[in-house]
Amino acid sequence: MPVSTVKSQTDDVPALALASVGRRFGALVALQDVTLTLRHGERRAIIGANGAGKTTLFNTVTGDFPPTSGRILLAGRDITKMPPQARTRLGLRRTYQTPLLLDQLTVRDNFYVAVRGIRGGRLQLWRGADAGADEQEVLRLAELTGVLPLLGRRAVEISHGERRQVEIAMALAGTPDVLLLDEPAAGLSPGDRGTLTALLRSLPSSITIVLIEHDMDVALGFAEFVTVMHNGRVFCEGLPAAIAADQRVHEIYMGHRHG
Amino acid sequence: MTGSLSPKWTGLACLVALVFFPWFATPFWIVQIGAQTMILGIIALSLVWLAGYGGMVSMAQLVTAGLASYVVAYFGVQSDPALGFRLPWGLNIVLAIAAGTAFGIAVGLIAVRCFGIYMIMITLAIAVGFFYLARQNMGFFNAYNGFHGIRAPTLLGLSLRDPIPFYYLCLLCGISLFGFVVAAARTPLGLALQGIRDNPRRMQSLGYNVAVHRVVAFGIAGFIAAIGGVLRVWYAGSVSPGSVGVGSSISILMIAILGGMTHPIGAFVGALLFNLIQNFAIDFIDRERFNTMIGIILLAIILFMPSGLVGLVDRLRQDDRRGDRPPRQTAPNASQQSPKIKEGNHP
Ligand SMILES: Nc1ncnc2c1ncn2[C@@H]1O[C@H](COP(=O)(O)OP(=O)(O)O)[C@@H](O)[C@H]1O
Ligand SMILES: [Mg+2]
Repeated sequence: MPVSTVKSQTDDVPALALASVGRRFGALVALQDVTLTLRHGERRAIIGANGAGKTTLFNTVTGDFPPTSGRILLAGRDITKMPPQARTRLGLRRTYQTPLLLDQLTVRDNFYVAVRGIRGGRLQLWRGADAGADEQEVLRLAELTGVLPLLGRRAVEISHGERRQVEIAMALAGTPDVLLLDEPAAGLSPGDRGTLTALLRSLPSSITIVLIEHDMDVALGFAEFVTVMHNGRVFCEGLPAAIAADQRVHEIYMGHRHG
Repeated sequence: MTGSLSPKWTGLACLVALVFFPWFATPFWIVQIGAQTMILGIIALSLVWLAGYGGMVSMAQLVTAGLASYVVAYFGVQSDPALGFRLPWGLNIVLAIAAGTAFGIAVGLIAVRCFGIYMIMITLAIAVGFFYLARQNMGFFNAYNGFHGIRAPTLLGLSLRDPIPFYYLCLLCGISLFGFVVAAARTPLGLALQGIRDNPRRMQSLGYNVAVHRVVAFGIAGFIAAIGGVLRVWYAGSVSPGSVGVGSSISILMIAILGGMTHPIGAFVGALLFNLIQNFAIDFIDRERFNTMIGIILLAIILFMPSGLVGLVDRLRQDDRRGDRPPRQTAPNASQQSPKIKEGNHP
């Protein structure tokens, strides 16, 4: 299934739409009645205190923990009940709040697995005729994220900041349509943070990016539109300037900053 | 850098030794030690493939081989003319390997939703069930008696049941399957399997159907084990419930642990060691103590070298190189800020 079909959709079909999405964990309601619409190529930030349900929102979209109520549409297509791998093949990618890598494999093999995951032939016992193209894509990802020197290292051996970069590179394999980044700047040194923001800004405008960010300055600097979450619900939405000026947001958000 | 213990030269030396070994050895060494080590090694290789690359420990590999043995007996030449069918041996082998592969897939379908200790338990249950089925079923397994008088075929005038041809047949199968597993580890399927071992959830979000990959890995393991089963029944000349007992299933696990599961060569190193102990320990301790001794050796290996003999050699090689290589960095960079504690990602 070619990933690019999603891109050819007209502009009035949202890249991603959630309709009253909810998620329970037993008795705990982690997410409730969340309705969101993202246009193609939009840069959206999601902010909110710890435990607000931001990561859970990503998990419902990617299918890691599918929603217990509501519907999710990716480029107009209902993905609510799809397994995670099917959503990924439709052009959805994510990173995790704590980077999840294939620890015993080298960074190069992590990239290769990411590339093949999108490209197909996942069950092949041979590398195939397009092995050269795979290798080029691996190098492109490494160059884009500045991790070329790490290619030969095992993922378990690299530093936290490097893991973040490698994970973002893996999410960029095959150029996604919708990219969900869960606190990509968390735990980074100020220098690495700058590199990361520069990378995010340099990504093609065809990619719709949703960024969960705890640091309000980073979030408001990157996003065109901001969604604030609180207690599993959408608290409010607006332009960065309006959100920055909103006193209620500061009360619920800044008050819990180090939660 | 001395070059001692470099994998390439060690491998080549082993290969030369294995090829020329029958020139100098007695039939006992050629068959009991040489051929049998290869056969046990092949069956253990199917487990190392699953466990080392896939993180899935299956106790059902020996009965998978056992099923292939029974198919060889039932559909081939054996001593009781009232039993089974006599297919041409080529067809018989294909059938046996197909049956083992299919059985591997079936075991995979059952075991694939279980993890860690639960997968060991469910595959052990399959192994035990297979043993009792073989003991009770008359129609296919011939119950207690099993089958006898099974013989390797004669190929172009060369009798494969003579010690030297049989040894070379086992060696050829062993080396081919070893090479297959080593090569497979670098293909999309093999790398995906290792990725699933490391992090199944991550592999899902990279586009992989984890369950399908696991089942396919079981199928491949079944294929490898089945070849071992064909050779094993030719070696023994008979197959009966005693050949698929739980003790033998556990032996395969022991072999894999002895040799180590970090590399496919571990299966053969473990098989050689196990086989030597089995054949020579009897000379100085009695039969009953044999299991005790194997148990103690196993315990020592698990305690002192958890990645088996192969892991030990790896470690020695690294020590050897220290001095002209920077030490490997293992811990994440401590100067980085630690990631946030609060975590919704892990169920
Ligand atoms: N897998 C899970 N099982 C049980 N509870 C969970 C799970 N994931 C998240 N939660 C709970 O859901 C709530 C929202 O968590 P989360 O989405 O991680 O918040 P955020 O990412 O905004 O910090 C928290 O109370 C959290 O404990
Ligand atoms: Mg979170």
